[in-house]
Amino acid sequence: MALIELKDMYKKFPMGKNEFTALKEINLEFEKGEFAGLVGPSGSGKTTMLNILGSLDTPSEGSARVLDNNIGDLSGKAAAQLRKKHMGFIFQTYNLLPVYTVYENIEFPLLILKMSREERKKKVADALDWVGLTDKKKSRPAQLSGGESQRVAVARAIVKRPDLVLADEPTANLDDENAYNVLEMMVKLNEELNTTFIFATHDHKVIKYLKRKINLIDGKITEDMADLPGVKG
Amino acid sequence: MKLEFKLAYKNIIGAGLRTWLNVAILSFIYVLIIGSQGIYDGMMKQGVRVETDDRIAGGQFWHKDYDPNDPFSYDDSHAELTAKLQDMVISETAVPMLIKRATIYPDGRMKSVLIRGIKPMQDIVKIPTNSLGNTHKKLPVMIGTRMASTNNFQEGDYLTIRLRDIDGTFDAVEGRIVKIMSTRSVTIDKGQLWIPIQKLREITGMKNETTVLTIKTGLENIPGDTETWSFKDRDYLLRDIIKMVKSKKVSGLIMYMVLLFLALLAVFDTQVLAIFKRRKEIGTLIALGMTRSQVVKLFTLEGAMHGVLAALVGALYGTPLIYLFAKTGMDFTEVAEAYGMGYIAMLYPVYSAGLVIGTVFIVMLTVTVVSFIPSRKIATLDPTKALKGKVS
Ligand SMILES: Nc1ncnc2c1ncn2[C@@H]1O[C@H](COP(=O)(O)OP(=O)(O)OP(=O)(O)O)[C@@H](O)[C@H]1O
Ligand SMILES: [Mg+2]
Repeated sequence: MALIELKDMYKKFPMGKNEFTALKEINLEFEKGEFAGLVGPSGSGKTTMLNILGSLDTPSEGSARVLDNNIGDLSGKAAAQLRKKHMGFIFQTYNLLPVYTVYENIEFPLLILKMSREERKKKVADALDWVGLTDKKKSRPAQLSGGESQRVAVARAIVKRPDLVLADEPTANLDDENAYNVLEMMVKLNEELNTTFIFATHDHKVIKYLKRKINLIDGKITEDMADLPGVKG
Repeated sequence: MKLEFKLAYKNIIGAGLRTWLNVAILSFIYVLIIGSQGIYDGMMKQGVRVETDDRIAGGQFWHKDYDPNDPFSYDDSHAELTAKLQDMVISETAVPMLIKRATIYPDGRMKSVLIRGIKPMQDIVKIPTNSLGNTHKKLPVMIGTRMASTNNFQEGDYLTIRLRDIDGTFDAVEGRIVKIMSTRSVTIDKGQLWIPIQKLREITGMKNETTVLTIKTGLENIPGDTETWSFKDRDYLLRDIIKMVKSKKVSGLIMYMVLLFLALLAVFDTQVLAIFKRRKEIGTLIALGMTRSQVVKLFTLEGAMHGVLAALVGALYGTPLIYLFAKTGMDFTEVAEAYGMGYIAMLYPVYSAGLVIGTVFIVMLTVTVVSFIPSRKIATLDPTKALKGKVS
C-alpha cells in the first residue's frame, strides 16, 4: 500500500461570501523512499497540499490517506500523534526554538516522544554528525548562519527517523552553496535511511535534485514526472 | 509535564528583562503582603497577650449593668458577689474590682477619671497591685506611665479625689501616688486610678460591693451566670482588639490586592505579547507534534512561572529581612501611643507558615489564571496560519 494516497481531493478556503479553491481534483500517490517535489509558481497550492499531508489541515472534499490515517477524520490529538511519531517538517524560515541550543532543538522531537536519555543522546549525536554541526551543538539559533540553521532544522526533522519529511521551500533563504550543501545532505539521508521527502518548491536548485516532480498550476496537477521508471503516481 | 516545565523555564529566562521586571514586582508584592500581614499578626498576638496578662486573665464576671463604654453605668453596676464567686475570691482564684467615676484636679484643672479598687495581694492580673498593700499610708494610689506623663504626676505626689458615695453625696479624699506602673495596656492606664478595693468600699460605703470579678487563667470549673453576674470569656473581652487588627489587616490587604492587580496586568500583557510574537513558534510546536492543549499548558506554565520565580527571589531577600524584623522587633512606640495601641510599642511581627503558604497560593493562583486567559486562544489557533506568522 502507498505511503500517501490522495483521491479526488479538493481544498477550498472561504473568501468573503465565496470560496477559493486552492486545490482541485488531486489524485496522487507517494511510496516509501520517494524524493519528490511539488513544483509550481507562487500561489499554486504547494504549501496548502503540504499542510494537508502534514495533518496540519484537512481536505474539503475527497480523501487524503497518509500512513493509514484518513487526514479528514483525525482528531487534533490523533493528528498531533501522527506528526509526532512519523513526520518531520522543514520550513523556509527554519523555525528553530530560539531559547534552545542546537543540541536541544534537535533533541526536542525525541523529548516529546518521551524517549530515554541514552537513546536521545545517541540519536542527537548521530543527527549532529549527519549535518556536520557537532561543534556547534551548544550554540543558539541566533548565533548560526542561515545554512547552519537549516541544517539544524534538517537534523531536527530526521532525528527521530520519521517516515515522512515535508519540506516547504527549504532553500529559499539560502545562498547557492548552502542550498546545495543542505540538498546533498537530504539526498544522502534519503538514500541511506530511505526516508521519504516531499518538497514544495520553485527553486531550480531543488528541482534539479528531485527524483519526481509534480507540477501544480492553480491548484491542479499538470504534470507528474519521475526520473526512475516505475515510480509514478 | 517535565518537558513543558523545562521549555517554559527556558522561555521565561530567555525573555530576559521583561521577565525580571515581572518577577521583581511580584516578589515585592510577596514580601510586602507577608511582611505587613506578619506585622498585623504580631500586633494581634502581642495585643492579646498584653491584654490577657494585664487586664483579662482567665475572663471576667461582669455585673449585669456594667458597660465599659458607658461611664454612667458605673454608678449602679455593682453588687455583692454570690457565695460561689465569693469562694473564688477567698481561694484566690479570682480578684474583685470595684469601679467608680471620680474627679481629680491636677494643676488645678478638673479631670474625670475612673477609680479601680482592686485587692492588692493578687497574682491574677500581672500588674503591681501589691504596691497598694501598704495600708498605713494615706490612701495609696497607683497609676500608669501614660496617666503620669499626661498629668505630670510623680511618685509621692498627693492628689485630691472627689467621688460620690453610695447615697450620691460627694466626698473628697486625699491620695498619694505610691507607684507608677508600666503597662502596655492603655485601657488600664489612661485616665485610671488604682487603689485598694477595701479603701474604695470604705470611702463610698459600698461594703462588699464588686463591679468586675477577674478570674485566674486556666480555671476549669467556671461558675455559671446568675441574674446579677454574667461571665465574659477571653474572646469576648478581646473582641475589640481582634476586630481592630482584623480591619487593619483587611484594609492593608486591599491595598496589596490593588498592587497585585497591577502586577497581574503586567503578566497578562507579557502573555498576550508573547503569544502574538511567538505564533510562528506555536505553529512549529504543533507541527513537531505537540497538541494545542499542550501548547496552551506550556504558555500558561510560562506565565505561572513568573509567580514561582518571584517566590524564590522574594524568599531570597525577604527571608533575611523578615527574620531580622521578627527577631529584633520594630520600635513602634510613638505611632502606637498616638493610636492608643500601647501594646505594640516594640512590635515583633509573626510570620506563620499559614501566612506564607496562603500568600504564595493566592499569588500563584491569580498569576496562573491570568496566564491562562490569553493562552486559551492557542486552543483555537489554526496552525497553518500560525506558521505563516498570522493570527486567526
Ligand atoms: N487560509 C487561507 N485562506 C484563504 N486562502 C488561502 C489560505 N491559504 C492559502 N490560500 C490561498 O491558496 C492559494 C495557494 O496558497 P499556497 O500557500 O498553497 O501557495 P504556494 O504554492 O505555497 O505559494 P508560494 O510559492 O508563494 O508559497 C493562494 O492563492 C492563497 O492565497
Ligand atoms: Mg508556499
